[in-house]
Amino acid sequence: MFSLRFRAQPERLGPVRAMVKRASQSFGCTEPLSDKLVIAVNEACMNVIQHAYHGDGTGEMSLLVCTNGTQIIFRLEDQAEPIKLESVQPRDLDEIRPGGLGVHFIREIMDHCQMGHLDQGRGNYLEMRKAIG
Amino acid sequence: MQYNIRTEGAYSVIELTGDVDLSCSPDARKQILQCLDAGRSLLIDLSAVSYIDSSGVASLVEGYQTAKKKALRFGLVGVSAAAMGVLQLARLDKVFPIHGSVAQCLTADG
Repeated sequence: MFSLRFRAQPERLGPVRAMVKRASQSFGCTEPLSDKLVIAVNEACMNVIQHAYHGDGTGEMSLLVCTNGTQIIFRLEDQAEPIKLESVQPRDLDEIRPGGLGVHFIREIMDHCQMGHLDQGRGNYLEMRKAIG
Repeated sequence: MQYNIRTEGAYSVIELTGDVDLSCSPDARKQILQCLDAGRSLLIDLSAVSYIDSSGVASLVEGYQTAKKKALRFGLVGVSAAAMGVLQLARLDKVFPIHGSVAQCLTADG
């Protein structure tokens, strides 16, 4: 199991990507799959930094990476105000405009995503799963 | 991320190197828009980009759209495998003009 707790700041994304790559490979993911998982988890972290914490850089988040033997599981938690879950939607890719690609990347890469609020309104979680291959 | 800007024929060429992520994409966006504001067509060399996230891609899209509005040419050159994977995921690999190299682009322009 791999875990990392870090400030919700863009400068922390590099070490997060390195950890995701290391964890993915240690759980048996191929190099191409590891690279895709890095993209998805990076986007998930970006969403927390930009939207849950509104880019103020003061909050913290944690990432847990583990496996159940057939899937690699990523669980991201923050302590931000509970977000409106229905607002997290991928956008139409036929519309060429800057932004809004992160959710599409995550859903395209992962097999399963579940997001929700932590108990007593103390933050949000996102759990993403992908078959190891 | 590091960047280098040079002039090649009618184009400004921005060469991006390393990881283009949220920590530096605002800087990349600024350089892209500054080159276009100067009224020059623009090529962005992605051959040395090891990683690009959606914020970096957004900077490219904004550059593409700004160039279109200003009737300037805009293209990507030498797109690395890592950057191409992300462009394909965003289905933008068929939207951006993509050239093998700056020289190939200049030759095609005649």
